[in-house]
Amino acid sequence: MSRYAMAIDTKRCVGCTDCVVACQTENDVPVGYCRDWIVEATSGVYPELQLEIRSERCNHCSDAPCVRCCPTSASHYAEGGIVMVDHDDCIGCKACIASCPYDARYVHPEGYVDKCTFCIHRVKEGENPACVSVCPTHAMIFGDLDDKNSEISKVLQTRKHKTLIPEAGTKPNVFYLL
Amino acid sequence: MTKRFKRRQFIKILGAGTGGAVLGTTALKAFQPGEKTDNFHLLGKATDAATPTYCEICFWKCAGWVHKKDGKPWKITGNPDDPNSNGRFCPRGTGGIGAYTDPDRLKTPLIRVEKNGKQVFREATWEEAFDYIADKMKMIKKKWGPECVALFTHGSGGSYFKTLLKAYGSNNIAAPSYAQCRGPREEAYLLTYGEGVGSPERTDIRNSKCIVLIGSHIGENMHNGQVQEFSEAVANGATVITVDPRFSTAASKSKYWLPIKPATDLALLLAWINVIIEEELYDKEYVKKYTYGFDELKKAVKHNTPEWAYPITTIKPHIIRETAREMARHAPATIVHPGRHVTWYGDDTQRVRAGAILNALLGSWGRRGGFYAQAKAHVKKYPVPKFPKPKKNWKDAFPNQFPLANLALSSGICDATIPTAERDCSFKGWIVYGTNLMLTLPQPQQTLEAIQNLELLVAIDIMPAEITGYADVVLPECTYLERYDDLRISPGRFPTVALRAPAFEPKYNTKPAWWMAKELANRLGLEKYFPWKNIEEYLDYRLKSIGSSLKEMKEIGVKKLENEEDLYYLDGEEYEFNTPTGKIELYSTALAEYGFDPIPRYTAHEEPPDGYYRLLYGRAPMHSFSRTTNNPLLTDVKSENEVWINPKVAREWGIKQGDYVVLENQDGVRSNRIRAKVTQRIRHDAIYMVHGFGRSDKRLRRSYLRGADDTHLITRVKLDPVMGGTGMRVNFVTFRKEGEA
Ligand code: SF4
Ligand code: SF4
Repeated sequence: MSRYAMAIDTKRCVGCTDCVVACQTENDVPVGYCRDWIVEATSGVYPELQLEIRSERCNHCSDAPCVRCCPTSASHYAEGGIVMVDHDDCIGCKACIASCPYDARYVHPEGYVDKCTFCIHRVKEGENPACVSVCPTHAMIFGDLDDKNSEISKVLQTRKHKTLIPEAGTKPNVFYLL
Repeated sequence: MTKRFKRRQFIKILGAGTGGAVLGTTALKAFQPGEKTDNFHLLGKATDAATPTYCEICFWKCAGWVHKKDGKPWKITGNPDDPNSNGRFCPRGTGGIGAYTDPDRLKTPLIRVEKNGKQVFREATWEEAFDYIADKMKMIKKKWGPECVALFTHGSGGSYFKTLLKAYGSNNIAAPSYAQCRGPREEAYLLTYGEGVGSPERTDIRNSKCIVLIGSHIGENMHNGQVQEFSEAVANGATVITVDPRFSTAASKSKYWLPIKPATDLALLLAWINVIIEEELYDKEYVKKYTYGFDELKKAVKHNTPEWAYPITTIKPHIIRETAREMARHAPATIVHPGRHVTWYGDDTQRVRAGAILNALLGSWGRRGGFYAQAKAHVKKYPVPKFPKPKKNWKDAFPNQFPLANLALSSGICDATIPTAERDCSFKGWIVYGTNLMLTLPQPQQTLEAIQNLELLVAIDIMPAEITGYADVVLPECTYLERYDDLRISPGRFPTVALRAPAFEPKYNTKPAWWMAKELANRLGLEKYFPWKNIEEYLDYRLKSIGSSLKEMKEIGVKKLENEEDLYYLDGEEYEFNTPTGKIELYSTALAEYGFDPIPRYTAHEEPPDGYYRLLYGRAPMHSFSRTTNNPLLTDVKSENEVWINPKVAREWGIKQGDYVVLENQDGVRSNRIRAKVTQRIRHDAIYMVHGFGRSDKRLRRSYLRGADDTHLITRVKLDPVMGGTGMRVNFVTFRKEGEA
């Protein structure tokens, strides 16, 4: 078994949006839509400021509300726990969009719901997702959490990290290194 | 046909034409798309093999691969063998496909004509466009001399127009990247070390333990390899000291953020030099062995104590001391970054020189983690006859001014186009390649005036731009994805050569620059300067000289060559520097000779009047100036700029987050409306915006009137007396509500 996950280093990331653009070209995401996006969170008061930059996307949660609530099972778990939407089975009811605490999904102009796939087509070929392989600052690590020797398993053992909205109880598989 | 327009009106591209369709007939039949000809290589097959390219979205020129899916354009990825990108493009390069697919591109040659008393563009054939240009160029040559034609250029294809202009008899060839950007930096380092910093910069950031950034917003300026190294250094725990009135992305990764009062950086630099000398933190051996003028320097900065600098810069003395010590602790692996866009306040050569001096005291030039020695491939030039010797050049218009300008000043040529009583010849013709002068040159009112005095204005570009609207002839170039260009020969840690080959057939009726220049040369009787049959032959000839070939390069994209020099200075070796004294000149003998301060000296700059704020501008990582602000993939991630305003200031003016405001400068010039970004990340005495937005051409459907254009507000400059750079951060703005009188 594998459990795919991503670790994103907020120390390295400069918020350039290359991950967003690479995803759009790799996956033919139509202009005006995106599967990943950048959040810049400023805290503190001048001149004591902090800035956290995050490249966000579907968290491929281990307890994904979208999978649970999908009436047609179009939203499902594919290999390695990747949350996928079967475009043919999707009836566009948007229940999943309402259930996702991360706002990770959108309705594709062709009528189905779409979102990040962890570039499953590349992962199956042994490659990294497009965003990971393009990132100029090497801010992202993709890998298998069930493999204790994988880079991602190791980095999560040594570096402080967090997930987004853990209180939603979705068990996200995208981690932010702090 | 060669009639002169008394007053050029701005013409919206295709205003006279028929929307998207190309109706212009192409007389040069041999180049119809789809036909395979001797002169023009077209990729006929629907092949999914990748084509090598190097990126043209910015000057970093990363090498990569263009991929197709089912024969259709798909994506661009970096070439792992390329040291500029290390296999990873930046967002602009990744979004390069958008430059190709942009439906608003220039589509066919255009000629300005008068129709019912109104100036319009008519679609023309290439033949007509070339004849028009050649006729005018011949006329100018005869009447005023060939030196009265100037070329402004930014980008790869410009090299063919440079050849054309030199063959024609003019060496008035200017790149705005000099006087409007990095000219002062190159001169400052030349004066100090006898060598410039180059592009890509020779900064060894990857190995730095301490990085000092003065206004350089690495990460927002997406100079790819440099950003990569910066992030690596940060991840490895390097100490970053960022001096910036704005909490930039780089500042957020810094141990020290010094929110300096704008326009006072030189005072801080002098105080750092003072501390390093007074506390004897400098590299004594290095200074003794390699530098000239230490005692004069010591004397000159004696009074520049941190206490002296505090009220000027607002940076506390203990912070100045602490950061100076931090720099010394990591030396020589400390780099005081020389910056890139440094034309700020008019004393820019001197300010950058203070940084260069600091680097010398820390011993970081020629040392690991500081600056390495660049290596560049020696590629044979295709032999051409000797160029005629011009009788005059732009400098004649500025007797005794800017003595140390080593390259032509774009702004100088622009000024010298406006006739005055003292000038025997003003410029009569401009060829503008790949640079949107209206947004590139400060003081757009002056640029417009200059344009009105021209007999000929040719614009070569991919997109309609503010400058193309004023051209007599517009030549549409195909994008870098649709053409060959000259080889990329970048300096770096080792020499590399990269190839750009066409991945797609040129869309519409567009052509590559090499072809345009060659065709024009034929019409001007200058064909002997373009002796090659076609671009493939030209490239193959050059590549053979490094033991490669066009065939090999199509397979590998990038060729790495051996570095014969050492990256760093060897311990104990003697080195001679290319300066008058043969040493690193802390005291510049050349500056002294020309009557400038041989050691930088701080002078106060004008401050914003009450209710006004200094206008600062910069870059966003997903855009390259105005070049990309209409790219569909990149507007998707950033479609307009915002004005950064400190919350206190916003409160005073009743401006709320996301409000649209209008900026008005000290001369009453107003901007387009721009959204307020109310943020703690900027000081109270300055505002900030990203350059390249607020476009005024309606045909740029995604960028038209999106955000504001900073250049429009830069109606004043301060000239650098040393080399003529145009200091542009000397403008002040206040707020107006939309529609307010
Ligand atoms: S590509 Fe990398 S550096 Fe750029 S925004 Fe994405 S994660 Fe951050
Ligand atoms: S830094 Fe970006 S825009 Fe510049 S050449 Fe490289 S990929 Fe292209």
